Order: sequence, then C-alpha cells, then structure tokens
Amino acid sequence: MNLHEFQAKDLLAGYGIPVPAGRTATSAAQARSAVRALGGSAWMVKAQVHAGGRGKAGGVRRAGSLDEVSAFAEAMLGTRLVTKQTTAEGQPVSTVLIESTSDVEREFYLSLLVDRGRRRIAMIASAAGGVDIEEVAATEPGKIVSEFIDPVTGLQPFQVRRIGFALGLDAQRRKQLGAVLDGLYRLFLEKDLGLLELNPLVQTSEGTLLALDAKIDVDDNALFRHPDLKVLEDPSQADKKEVRAKQFDLNYIALDGSIACMVNGAGLAMGTMDIIKLHGGEPANFLDVGGGTDAEKVSEAFKLITGDPAVKAILVNIFGGIVRCDLIAEGIVKAVRETGVDVPVVVRLEGTNVERGRALLSESGLAVIPAESLADAADKAVAAVQRPASPSTTS
Amino acid sequence: MSVLVDESTRVICQGFTGRQGTFHSGQAIAYGTNLVGGVTPGRGGGTHLGRPVFDTVQDAVRATGADATMIYVPAAFAADAILEAAAAGVQVIACITEGIPVLDMLKVKAALASYPHTRLIGPNCPGVITPGACKIGIMPGHIHSKGCIGIVSRSGTLTYEAVHQTTGCGLGQSTCIGIGGDPIHGMSFIDCLRLFESDPESRGIVMVGEIGGSAEEDAAEFIAAEVSKPVVAYIAGVTAPPGRRMGHAGAIISGGKGTAEAKYRALDAAGVRTVRSAAEIGAAIHALVGA
Repeated sequence: MNLHEFQAKDLLAGYGIPVPAGRTATSAAQARSAVRALGGSAWMVKAQVHAGGRGKAGGVRRAGSLDEVSAFAEAMLGTRLVTKQTTAEGQPVSTVLIESTSDVEREFYLSLLVDRGRRRIAMIASAAGGVDIEEVAATEPGKIVSEFIDPVTGLQPFQVRRIGFALGLDAQRRKQLGAVLDGLYRLFLEKDLGLLELNPLVQTSEGTLLALDAKIDVDDNALFRHPDLKVLEDPSQADKKEVRAKQFDLNYIALDGSIACMVNGAGLAMGTMDIIKLHGGEPANFLDVGGGTDAEKVSEAFKLITGDPAVKAILVNIFGGIVRCDLIAEGIVKAVRETGVDVPVVVRLEGTNVERGRALLSESGLAVIPAESLADAADKAVAAVQRPASPSTTS
Repeated sequence: MSVLVDESTRVICQGFTGRQGTFHSGQAIAYGTNLVGGVTPGRGGGTHLGRPVFDTVQDAVRATGADATMIYVPAAFAADAILEAAAAGVQVIACITEGIPVLDMLKVKAALASYPHTRLIGPNCPGVITPGACKIGIMPGHIHSKGCIGIVSRSGTLTYEAVHQTTGCGLGQSTCIGIGGDPIHGMSFIDCLRLFESDPESRGIVMVGEIGGSAEEDAAEFIAAEVSKPVVAYIAGVTAPPGRRMGHAGAIISGGKGTAEAKYRALDAAGVRTVRSAAEIGAAIHALVGA
C-alpha cells in the first residue's frame, strides 16, 4: 500500500527524521491559512498523488506570495496529474501539501528496501541525489553505495560510517546521518515497509539534513498489525476496478486486449496471458482468483471482467488445487445468469472435483465452450474473437 | 528413489483441526501419505481424522517420530509455526500459508541458518509430492503419476500444468517441489536442482519460473556448471505489464535482471531447453528424455 508524501513525512517526523514544516490543504482557502500558519516568504505547493515524476508534470511549484500559493493550489486541486509514472488518465489531486522552502546546498539519494536475493534490508545511498538516479545506477554504478543489514545485529555503526564517507559528509553531518539512518531502519522494521525512499535528502545551507521528498510503500500482508497505517489508504489513487477486485480478494490488472481471462494462481494467470498472445490474441486483463475461492468470489470476478466493453471473449482457466472445480463451476453458472454474459466463454477446468465441475456446467444449459487443454483453450478463445459468434439483433 | 519425501516419511500437520488443515490432511491420508498426527495448541490429547492431536510440535515429534510437517496456520502465526517445527527438529517443513509479511520471513530465514539440516519449502506454495508415496500440500493428487521427471516451480498452478503434461506423455514425476512465489522463501531452484541431479530416479528436470527476482538467472548459472541431466524451463510473464512502482530502488537493486526475456536469455545460454508456451512443457521434456 502506497502512502502520500504528507503521510510519509508524518511517519518520518515521528521517528526523528527532519522534514520541512508543512500543512495539507484541500482548498485554496485552506492553502492560504496554511501559508499564514507556516510564515516565511516562499513556499512549495505539492500535489499529493501516488506517483513520481510530479515536478516535471507541474505537480510541484514554488510560490513567492500568498496569492501565488492560492493560485497553484486552485490549479492543482480537483484535476488529474499525468506524470511519466501514471496512466494517460493520471491520478486525481484532492490534497496539496504546502511546505516552507529550504536553501539546498547538496542533494542525496537514500532508500531502504528488502533485497530478496540477499534476504536483507538494503540501504542504498548516493551523493548524486535529485537527478535521475536510475540513470546513475546504470551508467555510474560506482556513485551508488549499498549496505545490507543483518536482521540479527541490525544497522551497525560501521555501515553508517561507510555511507557517511561515501556521501562526503563532515563529522557533524555524519553524526546527524547516524540518527537519520537509525530512525529510518526502525521505521522500516516497526511499520513493515516495503520501500522507503528519500529523493532527495538534502543538506541545507544551515548544515542540517532534511528529507525534502519521501515515498513509502507498506507491505500489504502486514497491514493486519498496523491499523494506524490501514486508515491511510487512499482508494481514489487506485484503478476503480482494482479497488473493487481487492474487496473480494481478487488480484486484477486491466490491460488493453479483447480476451478476458480468469485464472487461479498468479503464475498460471501470466502463463494464460502469454499463451493467448502466442496464439494471436491480446489479453484484456490479468485476473488471479487465488486460493480458497468460492462461488461468490468467482461471480464477482465475472462481473469485473464483463464490465470492460473491449472484452469479446472470456477464457476461464482453472487448475484446481485449493480451489475446487465444482465451486468454480457454481460461480460461473451464477455469474453468467446474473450478468447475462453475451460473449463466448471458453472454460478449461482441471484438477480436484473436475468431473463434478464439468457436470455442473453442462447441466446449466449455458453456452460455454469446453476446452481440453491450455493450448486448446487459447485456440478457441482467439477463434471466438476473430469470428464473432452471431450478429446482434439490435445492430 | 525420490527426493525429500517418500513412503517412510512421517508427516504431521500444523493447523490440523482448522478448515484447510482438516480438508488437506484428509486428502493426504486418502492419497496414502503416512500422516502420523497433527498439532493444534489447546487441543492436545484428542484425536482428529483418526490421528492424535498434540499441543506442540515438540510433543508430536516425541510421540510419533515425525520428520516432516505441512503448515496451514493463518499468515499472522505462520512464521512462528515454521520456527516451532525447526526447533523441534523436523527435517522437511512445507509451509502452504500465503500472505506472510516479508519481514517475518526475513527473520525466519536468518533463524533457519541455525538448523542446517532443516529444509523449508515455501511459504505460499503447493508443497511437495512424491507420486504414489507421500503428498504434503494442496496439489490434487490424482494428476500425478510415478515416474522420472523432477519438477521444481515457483508457481502453484503452473506446477500442476507441468505435472498434468508429464503424466499425459507417460513420463510421470519422481518428486514435484513448489518452492513458492514469495520474495523470501525457503528452498531455492538451485537447492532442488542439486537434489534432482543426484537422484538416480530423476532422468530429466522441469523448471517453472516467473518474472521478478533473479532466482532463474542464478539457476541458469548453476545448471551450466553442475547439472548433467536434461532441463526444460518455462518462464511466465512475458506479456505481464510492468508493475506500477514507486521510486527507483527496485530498479537499482535488480540491475536489469528479472524480466522474462532476461531469464530466457540466461537459461538458453546455459543450454536449457526453454519453451515459450506453458502447453509445450510436456512435449519438450519428452523429446529430451524419451519414453
């Protein structure tokens, strides 16, 4: 689960990491009162969306007067911000963050994440902050330092020193960095984060370290033990259908093709998408109905994929392990009846209780096309899209 | 012969009396697995499915000599269940549970370093099966047949696909291991490839990977250096959309590894027979191993 910048900075401040003074606003009037509360003579107005690349997209502006702050806030609020990390639709801006500006002397990059290969929390830092860090990683990997933290010993002073010297900090700043890194590591552990990124972390002209921007991703699997973070979820930042899918514990990603798929297991779902493409079709979505599914879930999955007008055929591919084929069949029957599906449905069932599942489908009297194998299912789905079943009476 | 588990493996179930534990323990018994009991704290002394129930894994091991366990406890308690089994001396731990917080697994992996003879399979996996002998997990038993192909897979349902096809072409399976799809998990591709390489009954190996991480690239290196048996590999996710991600750290750490194409390239270079369609796994291994 992604957090907004202002939520991330609240968390950082709670762990003793310095962040700029700031206030959120959901209207131009609130932006004006934020400025009055903050004081000073220049402010940043920052659109709060779950995406990077805001600066280049006009979502981060520097204002030199109260009226300018108000005008920027007005211009951002209620719009959708399109950045290189969003879809063409963009992300809705319902909140802006107004912050005091800082005199920046140096910019650093700093992040923590779980390195799956090393099975350690990695701390990555670079003196080349604020610019395109991925470019730096690709062309000048020597400018990036990584420390891998042993879960038994935790972050060690020598690791802090290595990062501090690599960033070219003086003794006083290295001491500050120690407190910052210690706070970041504790925050990462205690709040079950998946990613914590400060880009940039800056050294101000007064010589203090300050987190100017912050991105935080929380491990969804750990939200059960963090009710304080769970309430920070902003469903407006996610695709509506994906939010609906999540409510029913379905893993759904919309794509551009015409063959919808409903599959159990992420791997088989990807495999099904791959084979649709190999056989000349285009998948309309990724949809994993997961383990422990039931008729209601399958029914919801069906409503979800048939809500996409581009869908011209549906391929159901279920290999039952935890998921029993008879339950899937019940769900298909219920969904096709409830939603009045009018596109061909190719069904491939295999695994536990497969005979009962197939029997339920054939007894339903529904127009489902049975498939014998994965390749057969892909062939039949692609064929169904290429020659539409029957002309509609209304056209 | 087989790897990890066989007829003589004495299996217990953690989360024995729960809904999933009950269903899949019943299936395991029906398959002929030597299920010797189960663990549900507070239910010790009773019986369930005709097998004794114990309060702790330690009690179960002392009373039954169990050397393998399958874990069906909820995600919030799964890390504890894995460590309890390891501490009790259980050799093969198959953790089926999905949705375990990644930092829990980070600690579990570090702690398992103290138990060099314990092998963790999963979590978030279908488990392990030696056809006709021992089924530990959620895979449908009837699609398997005793045979000569070792299967190792990151994806549950794609494992079944590979099993189905190797059964269909008459080769069957020596042992199938679902290592799970979580970022931090127990046995790796390499651990399993090493077992299959030294198992006389396994004449060929099927490896099923997915996008993300670098486990397949690492496996390719190992295969080139140490595996003499024919290997067929399939990688899911060629058409998967790049995940919407925040920040840059993931891209920095992966260093260009992790895409399906990068994995296919590494495996091709290692002399592995790769297939681009999940429907061709069976035919490909059949062509290499023969009847």
